[in-house]
Amino acid sequence: MNGFKIAVIGDKDSSVGFKALGLDVFPADSCEEAKPLLRRLAKDKETYAIIYITEELAGGIMDEINKHKDEVTPAIILIPSKNGTLGLGMSALTSAVERAVGSGVL
Amino acid sequence: MASTNVKPTRMELNRAKARLKTATRGHKLLKDKRDELMRQFMLIIKQNKELRQKVEAGLGEAMAAMSVASAVMSPEMLEQALLYPKQSVEVDMKLKNVMSVEVPEYSFKTRSDDPSEIYPYGYAMTSGELDDAIGSLSQTFSDMLELARVEKTMQLLAQEIEKTRRRVNALEYVMIPEMQATIKYITMKLEENERGNITRLMKVKDTILQEAHGYE
Repeated sequence: MNGFKIAVIGDKDSSVGFKALGLDVFPADSCEEAKPLLRRLAKDKETYAIIYITEELAGGIMDEINKHKDEVTPAIILIPSKNGTLGLGMSALTSAVERAVGSGVL
Repeated sequence: MASTNVKPTRMELNRAKARLKTATRGHKLLKDKRDELMRQFMLIIKQNKELRQKVEAGLGEAMAAMSVASAVMSPEMLEQALLYPKQSVEVDMKLKNVMSVEVPEYSFKTRSDDPSEIYPYGYAMTSGELDDAIGSLSQTFSDMLELARVEKTMQLLAQEIEKTRRRVNALEYVMIPEMQATIKYITMKLEENERGNITRLMKVKDTILQEAHGYE
């Protein structure tokens, strides 16, 4: 399967640089803005293979993100914003381990 | 208990035994599958952890450089510089089969091979800090792509392991004991019938002998 694109959702300052790399940038300043945006991008499975979203925005819309966990596309990946990491990406790792093992090991 | 609502016949016994055999075999296979998935999963977890640390460090650096750049330049200028990107990225996705789990593999291609194409602006109006910021962002990008692959693989594997684990447990703790109970129930019932039959025959024999010869 070819010709997928990559989307970035984040506040303006964090995401503007990705524009130069040729990714599609969708600025959002709050969780309320990000939620419908993410829903719209994720619904179209033929366009975006990867959606990067800043942890700040992701924190409030985890339920929406978890909906797409079991599907191959899109991969929704948390990235730190300009204010640094919140540790949410790492906690996603722990929760995946918990899910697989049935109890936490890390 | 399921064992009480089967008819205690030889046919049911044979059927239950065949089912038990299949279940045991399935249980063994699923257990092997779970163990192998788990092994793969652990490798992925380790990779994911390393990559995430790398990406977070790389992006932190790039973001810091970007805020310096936006401090030096006016926001309008910055926006204008990045308004129309020259470069564009396309991702090709291949599905790889890991223990019957389809996991994605990405490879990206850029529209133009010239590495300087990531700077969509002339150098006259922008600061050198912006160049640095975008340069370090693009260095992190291939790690970000790898992170996407690893993280998605991790999620898909976790899902599959969860499913397999449930199946293994259901077989081990519910299905197989239940079938064993059924088999035991039927065997006991058949033996009971057999004993009842023998006693009856002995009794009949006694009665007949008594009638014929007057034995006590």
